Amino acid sequence: MPDSPSDRLATATPSGVARTIRGLSDRTIAWIFVAPTIFLLLAINIFPLIWTIRLSFTNYRVNRPNADVEWVGLQNYQRILNDPDVWATMQATAHFLIWTIVLQVLIGFALAWLINRKFKGNDLWTTIIVLPMMLSPAVVGNFWTFLYQPQIGLFNTVVGYLTGAAPDSFSMIGDVALAPWSIVIVDTWMWTPFVMLICLAGLRSIPDSIYEAAECDRASAWRQFWTITVPMVLPFLMLAVLFRGIENFKMFDLVVQLTGGGPGNTTTLTAIDLKREAFERWRTGYASAYAVILFVTVFGLASIYVKALNKVKER
Amino acid sequence: MKTKYLVTAAASALIAGSVATSAAAQDLTLCWAAWDPANALVELSRDFEAESGYTMAFEFVPWPNFADRMLNELNSGGQLCDLMIGDSQWIGGSAEAGHYIQLNDFFDAQGITMDDFIPATVTGYSEWPKGTPNYWALPAFGDVVGWTYRRDWFERPELQEEFQATYGRALDVPNTLEELRDIAEFFQGREIDGTTVYGAAIYTERGSEGITMGVTNALYNYGFEYGNPESPYDLDGFVNSEGAVAGLEFYRSLYECCTPPGSSNWYMSENIDAYRSGQVAMQMNFAFIWPGVNADPNVGGDRSGYFPNPAGPAGQFAQLGGQGISVVSYSDNVDAALEYIAWFAQPEVQSRWWEMGGYSALRAVVEDPGFASSQPYAQTFLDSKAIVKDFWAEPAYADLLLAMQDRVHNYVIAGSGTAQEALDGLVADWEEIFEDEGLR
Amino acid sequence: MSYSVTEPSKPQKWIAGLLVAAYGIITILPLLWIISTSFKSQNDAIAYPPEVFSEFTLGGYVNLFTTQTRQSAEALEANPPETWYDEIVHERGMAIVGPSRFGERFMNSVIIGFGSTFLSVFLGTLAAYAFSRFRIPLKDDLLFFILSTRMMPPIAVAIPIFLMFRGLGLSDTHAGMILLYTAVNLSLSVWLLKGFIDEIPREYEEAALIDGYTRFQAFYKVVLPQAATGIASTAIFCLIFAWNEYAFAVLLTSGNAQTAPPFIPTIIGVTGQDWPAVAAGATIFLVPVMVFTILLRKHLLRGITFGAVRK
Repeated sequence: MPDSPSDRLATATPSGVARTIRGLSDRTIAWIFVAPTIFLLLAINIFPLIWTIRLSFTNYRVNRPNADVEWVGLQNYQRILNDPDVWATMQATAHFLIWTIVLQVLIGFALAWLINRKFKGNDLWTTIIVLPMMLSPAVVGNFWTFLYQPQIGLFNTVVGYLTGAAPDSFSMIGDVALAPWSIVIVDTWMWTPFVMLICLAGLRSIPDSIYEAAECDRASAWRQFWTITVPMVLPFLMLAVLFRGIENFKMFDLVVQLTGGGPGNTTTLTAIDLKREAFERWRTGYASAYAVILFVTVFGLASIYVKALNKVKER
Repeated sequence: MKTKYLVTAAASALIAGSVATSAAAQDLTLCWAAWDPANALVELSRDFEAESGYTMAFEFVPWPNFADRMLNELNSGGQLCDLMIGDSQWIGGSAEAGHYIQLNDFFDAQGITMDDFIPATVTGYSEWPKGTPNYWALPAFGDVVGWTYRRDWFERPELQEEFQATYGRALDVPNTLEELRDIAEFFQGREIDGTTVYGAAIYTERGSEGITMGVTNALYNYGFEYGNPESPYDLDGFVNSEGAVAGLEFYRSLYECCTPPGSSNWYMSENIDAYRSGQVAMQMNFAFIWPGVNADPNVGGDRSGYFPNPAGPAGQFAQLGGQGISVVSYSDNVDAALEYIAWFAQPEVQSRWWEMGGYSALRAVVEDPGFASSQPYAQTFLDSKAIVKDFWAEPAYADLLLAMQDRVHNYVIAGSGTAQEALDGLVADWEEIFEDEGLR
Repeated sequence: MSYSVTEPSKPQKWIAGLLVAAYGIITILPLLWIISTSFKSQNDAIAYPPEVFSEFTLGGYVNLFTTQTRQSAEALEANPPETWYDEIVHERGMAIVGPSRFGERFMNSVIIGFGSTFLSVFLGTLAAYAFSRFRIPLKDDLLFFILSTRMMPPIAVAIPIFLMFRGLGLSDTHAGMILLYTAVNLSLSVWLLKGFIDEIPREYEEAALIDGYTRFQAFYKVVLPQAATGIASTAIFCLIFAWNEYAFAVLLTSGNAQTAPPFIPTIIGVTGQDWPAVAAGATIFLVPVMVFTILLRKHLLRGITFGAVRK
């Protein structure tokens, strides 16, 4: 049908569009430019979110297509909040979150401070240190299980060499006491450069003149550090903590590959637990409620934190 | 449903303009786990390709990810797999959710009868509900947990002598689990040919089904039952009976005394590795590994021997493994897939399957007088196959399994609580699941 | 540089340099270990104690790219190896029966990575320009909304996406994954590009408008060329995200559209875990990102903070 209306429209489109665009007002262009983005985000973020909330009040299960779906009200939420296992995963997540942030802030800040001594080759070393951060956590995490093997693993060999302990006398992934640290170590290895880069930007934003003035006042280096360096870098550092906090609250890929949540439940972080509920047990309604709780938690904590951050910035 | 319209509206615009991806050009895709038997099946299937003119494609997923990936595939209505060699415990869920096609009519039309297959495999791999003649799969690979041991080490005179002196009996294949632990203890930390070796590699994996498939071999033999034989969902006093507690304690003691360091998350492939590299005297593993062990340049031939899971105070059982082959109902190639099953069920193909390392479940193959002597492990396979027990195959199997993985790993590997607490907890978890299912 | 009070002394620089170099060496070690393992044989890779220098072999790469089956001694003898890679496999009592899935998975990563990067940068540039130049009601709220989409744990989002894709037939398709990654990357591309476009002086466009350009022409001919570097680095950040993404990929793809990250950890040999093959896959997968990181180092900070920190 060469002459159908839609065909004619199609052939007419190119010049037609060009003509139309020429005549568009700024306001129309603004909407044309923004609309696709907003639409896509509504379709792939907001619509699913609403759907999740809806599902969270049902007993729907993906693997039971033939079962009746019933409204269960708040029952899913009640079950989750009363489940000691869920609180155990929260605890594991908190341990992971706190220690990764503490270590990354300390090491990252120290590295930034050292790099800011502007020694020769600092650019080269910065680039090298930054590498792990950009790599795929799943692929790298998987390889770390190899490094962590007693006997044949590089990590155990190096630690054994440094401390004199036999490399097969401890198992980072297998030992209940060590496993939570095994994931902290790998995450710190990967993400310290992130904090470092941000701190470096903070350090470089401090004008020399402030230090020069302090020098005139005969303030000691120690005092300069605490009264100038730290407060000036603090907003940057807090931003870094915000990013790391959100990322590690969502942590899934690295830890799944490293420990799979074990031994027992020692490293079962919340996202891993959620994955088990949603995609292994297929308790879709229950898992949706879980997801909503997580989302509210991360959003709530982040908002409080951002308020604090803004206060620090205003000072 | 309103949601459906919403979805369609929200996303029809999304698809417009995006690239349409067409299905791959292959004719027939078979999905299974990535392991030795799958490679043998690739070889075997070449005959089918030559006979039928179809091109076969294979999607093999390693065991730790197998259930996850494939159940996700089925639950998403995926069309990747035409044929699925799915794990035995999926049968209930897949039958009830309509993932698999019921094969009764097809069997009748083709003259295939389940009487020709080993009864335990028919029950284990094909039937749902259990004990009824409703078939959803053709038994494809008969597997069972058994043990492999270093015969060359066992036969060393100096070790024989020392063992005799210490334990007051000959160093030989263990008859009971206690004896097995003695042997493992004997080898643990011993220097053999200049390297330190360990007692036994056992299943401890956390993420999928590993530790459950291991611990049940101890639990069954000490008196664990899945439920009251009279009323199957009555669990208290059976799952956590005195014997069950003793069995669980045994497994932990075996893990603590006699396994290689760092073996806290091991399943099939890790156990093979440890055995092949000469780290352990014995390994627990599914029988599928035996052809590979027998052919191995380091530990193969006379250097290895095989024995069924030793008895405990309450009897002798072994964990059933293995799978049936099913046709996925979402497939576009149902006829071709059925053709494959008809081809696979032929006695000649089944006996070739056994020759290539596939454990046929066809009685004509395993009851052949020459079978027991056809391979060094054939007799052990027959003995093991006679004592099998399987995990739940309920539609809720994944929930039941995850609960058990959790409780058992926590007790055996992470060392928290007592065996009684772990099993009491398991009873509570399982009761809750069955209540949700409306079965209690 | 002239003397300044803030210029550190020579010994200070030396100590700082040494400490940073020491950390750098430790941090790079695991990566070097991945690369070196990929060139080891299976037995050397699991040697005890670990070997730093082993015999060089491409066995890991051969295993990565091929599917092999065990052969009987007679069959091996009857079919002598023809190529160097046949020979490597042959020595282990195996024969190559076809390619492995790695090539496909890698191509999926390329297709989905580039497809979603193109879309998210394209849409992101338009939106960023609008947010930068026009008065839009609720602008700040919209921008925050765009950013907040990034806060949700992927597993939580994956539940409804799984159902949605299943309903629309998008499960395990390239199109579905491209759309999903585009949506996830939009927050990054809008925020980054808005920063870059904000830095382009408005005067340029205004001059062009006075010269008789339409708004669209001004955007196309004046702003876009100026923003080229920003667009390029945004594109690389989007690409790296899509390249590395694991959670969505593992839950929503299977045999057809699965990308490399969920695939590489599942590479196992026919006889036990084949670490050299895993390392070979990881090397091929990670090296491009390392190269991009080095190219990007000037814009790195901006990219990882969504434009919040600019050097």
